[in-house]
Amino acid sequence: MSVSTSQSNALTPIEREYVLLTQNGLPIVARPYHWIAEQLKISVEQVYELTEKFLENGIVRRIAAVPNHYKLGYTYNGMTVWDIADEHATTFGDAVGKLPFVSHCYLRPRKLPSWNFNLFAMVHGKSPDEIEQQRSQIKKLLTDVLVERFHDDEQKTLFKPYDMLTSTQILKKTGLRLKRNSTEKA
Amino acid sequence: MIEASAKTKIDEQTDRKRTHEVVELTPLDKGLINLLQHGLPVCERPFEVIANELNSTEEEVITHLNQLLESKVLSRFGPMFDAACLGGAFTLAALAVPDERFEAVTAQVNSFEQIAHNYRRTHQYNMWFVIATESQQEIYQVIEEIENMTGLEVLNAPKLEEFYVGLYLPV
Repeated sequence: MSVSTSQSNALTPIEREYVLLTQNGLPIVARPYHWIAEQLKISVEQVYELTEKFLENGIVRRIAAVPNHYKLGYTYNGMTVWDIADEHATTFGDAVGKLPFVSHCYLRPRKLPSWNFNLFAMVHGKSPDEIEQQRSQIKKLLTDVLVERFHDDEQKTLFKPYDMLTSTQILKKTGLRLKRNSTEKA
Repeated sequence: MIEASAKTKIDEQTDRKRTHEVVELTPLDKGLINLLQHGLPVCERPFEVIANELNSTEEEVITHLNQLLESKVLSRFGPMFDAACLGGAFTLAALAVPDERFEAVTAQVNSFEQIAHNYRRTHQYNMWFVIATESQQEIYQVIEEIENMTGLEVLNAPKLEEFYVGLYLPV
């Protein structure tokens, strides 16, 4: 996926109803898809069809349980950032994304001279040591493609090719929700 | 469109010790957490399928899952929508905020309803937030307004390519 925006009118009215109904979660009952069918007043076959379509086109990533990091002891996270050669970005971004402890992995634009990093990989662990080890594992993988870059001709100082930003405080956290009252586009 | 609604949990998890109540989980709970992070099958009795994999019963699985939700070990169960696919525009942005102004700038940035998440991080760029809006144009507007309000330059880092999204926390 290469763009950060897409249009909401890609959803049909019934798909939109499906999203509105389930975005806060599914009830844990024996036949959850039947529950959706009853609520939307459509057949369960239609629910299966819609669900498979959502899963195929990526609108739904998974129908899954989302654990609370903190309750499971995963209280540390690190946003690791890397300056890697553009021509290797996709290959190596894929490889980093496949590491089991990486939850998000994105390519983002650099903004020189203040920000030279283009690859972001989020890691999670139960201790500072653990996320430090995860960072070194990513570093090992990226060693050959890290960029050696100077601030400018006069200073001759090197940019760091990588860093890890750990979060020290949650300042705001809200859920992203599709608005019920937003106007439908045909 | 997408809105960043719901509760603002300012500082709720600031104190690690307060929220660091790691709970006791039964082997079935652990199995469920591990298995269901990967996803629920799409079929008539999906929890029966899960129960079979864990040598349990559908009824027991349903009971345990509801308990895990109630005790907030699971923050959610259901379809995980890709917010970008549902319309709207998103970006990750950052500010380098002088320490003495941190609190004031936090209030300024958080006052925008388009700010979905905001984290303090260890770096010269010490404030990182997600801007979620209806259109790309609105992203630029919010950035400009934040810059005018704070006098600080926003680092705008939209995603160019996504390699993986999905957190698996084994227990």
